[in-house]
Amino acid sequence: MAGTATIERVDAALAGIGHRWLASRDGMPALALAATDLGAALRALKERAGFETATLVTAVDRLGKTPRFELVHQFLSLAHNDRVRIHTPVGEDESAPTCTHLWPGAAFMERECFDMFGIPFDGHANLKRLLMPDEYGHHPLRKDFPHQGIEPDRLYREWDRERRKDWHPEAAR
Amino acid sequence: MTTQTFEYVRGSAAPAEPGAPAARVPRDADDPLHGELMQLNMGPQHPATHGVLRLKLELDGETLRSVEPVVGYLHRGKEKTCESLGWAKFFPHTDRLDYVQPLMNNVGYALALEKLAGLQVPERGQVIRVLLMELSRIAAHLIYLGTTAIDLGAVTMFFNTFKERENIYTILDAYTGHRMNNTYVRIGGVFADVDEGVESLVREFLRRMPAEIDSWEKLLSGNRIWYDRNRDVGVLSREQALAWSLTGPNLRGSGVEFDLRKAQPYSGYEQYEFEVPVGTVGDSYDRYLVRVEEMRQSVRIAEQALTRLGKTRGGEFLAEDRRYVLPPKDRVHTSMEELIFQFKIVTDLRLPAGEAYHAIESSKGELGFYLVSDGTSAPVRCHIRAPGLMNVQAIPVLAEGRLLSDMVALIGSLDFVMGEVDR
Repeated sequence: MAGTATIERVDAALAGIGHRWLASRDGMPALALAATDLGAALRALKERAGFETATLVTAVDRLGKTPRFELVHQFLSLAHNDRVRIHTPVGEDESAPTCTHLWPGAAFMERECFDMFGIPFDGHANLKRLLMPDEYGHHPLRKDFPHQGIEPDRLYREWDRERRKDWHPEAAR
Repeated sequence: MTTQTFEYVRGSAAPAEPGAPAARVPRDADDPLHGELMQLNMGPQHPATHGVLRLKLELDGETLRSVEPVVGYLHRGKEKTCESLGWAKFFPHTDRLDYVQPLMNNVGYALALEKLAGLQVPERGQVIRVLLMELSRIAAHLIYLGTTAIDLGAVTMFFNTFKERENIYTILDAYTGHRMNNTYVRIGGVFADVDEGVESLVREFLRRMPAEIDSWEKLLSGNRIWYDRNRDVGVLSREQALAWSLTGPNLRGSGVEFDLRKAQPYSGYEQYEFEVPVGTVGDSYDRYLVRVEEMRQSVRIAEQALTRLGKTRGGEFLAEDRRYVLPPKDRVHTSMEELIFQFKIVTDLRLPAGEAYHAIESSKGELGFYLVSDGTSAPVRCHIRAPGLMNVQAIPVLAEGRLLSDMVALIGSLDFVMGEVDR
């Protein structure tokens, strides 16, 4: 089976941390972790398993299931030329530990995940929206958010009304 | 009301008359605004930010004290669109990610879908894809070279590179019928075969290209202005490049020899001979040299692909699997079953439940698609791992502490396209 060496290396690095290997369709070693173990596991992957670079941090919204979200981290090791993927269930009002102290490059990925799914990352130095405006009140990649958007021009209309106040005070109602 | 006057004298002024005390030369600290930072917005409408990127700068004089990239001005919700449109109908949207290399994005998405479906692409289909990807890479690097040069004042380079890029567009126009946003890659292969007319256009282009690259290098590499503004500007160590998740030419410029075409080959790249150029210093100049050399290597790969096209002439370029692969158009128009398959696959393509990640070496770095399927016609999740976003993230690392005028050179040398950054 592809990735046996990776699995052995990660198993050794994660000794003492509960984890479970998943069957993955693309042949990439994928493991499931509990949210409480995530912080320790990330540190072990960086320091003991030699994953130098973070490839992605994102989430999957499993609406209707509890816990609702599945946080996905993926890392790449250039020295060993392999990847690993981590799945962590996260509930709707829960937060996840950041990994920016280990991989600073994950800062934008975590900001995007927070923006799109509303999962806060504890310890992130600058956790704010990445793609949507700061005032935006929704998390667009959640499954209960419609594709056409919710009041897509609300922010524009508010801004426009504010702007017009200075020009024609009588027109701003 | 009192007015205060400050006399500024440049350099050390000579005493007005012998014996008189020397005029006091004011120092920076005498400036009433000394130490106060100026906030400056660069963009989102700025020609040198290569799209709608906004940079919040804090300046002390001309020195950048803090830089904060603000992205999202081109956010169109591509991932959400994929999740509501379905697998097959998302192909045209991938073109609009990194819009200077649409076919490369097509291939990246198709490869992820094929991994999920467990589908093999016939050899000729793979060769055509490699040819299209390498042409796209050259076109994207030409954009980099032209726009970065014009940002630093070398206007001629812009015309030189865009002239050659136009030739690539002529080739793509002859093959796909479009200059941009081609959408010519399908699940299981490509939409149409490359005919001999297109091959001769490619051959002619590849024959001319090495001499053109040499002449551009002659114009730029030894150019005093180009050298001074790029050498030792934006130095990124190997460790920094890895920590900040940089990939592609930006990582290789810092001396890390990692190319997905070599390390994790796809589309038969293991059968091609090419070298992976790496930098030594990790500055803007090294990243420039890496990209120029990559264009030469792309020409080499494309030549080998042409030879392979000659060997596989008449072969299949699209897999035969009616669960996932669209039937050829001529058969759709003559056969009832094929028409039904066409309709089913476009409107209701179902991929096996599971998840797949596939990354390709795009011109900007690692372009990955992470797809999650639950067996229905709509993806549960389609995440696009955009290399450009990581390149934007690295701007503050390179720019802080440098001069404002280096900003433009750094943006150019990191090379990103906002369509892909914002998705």
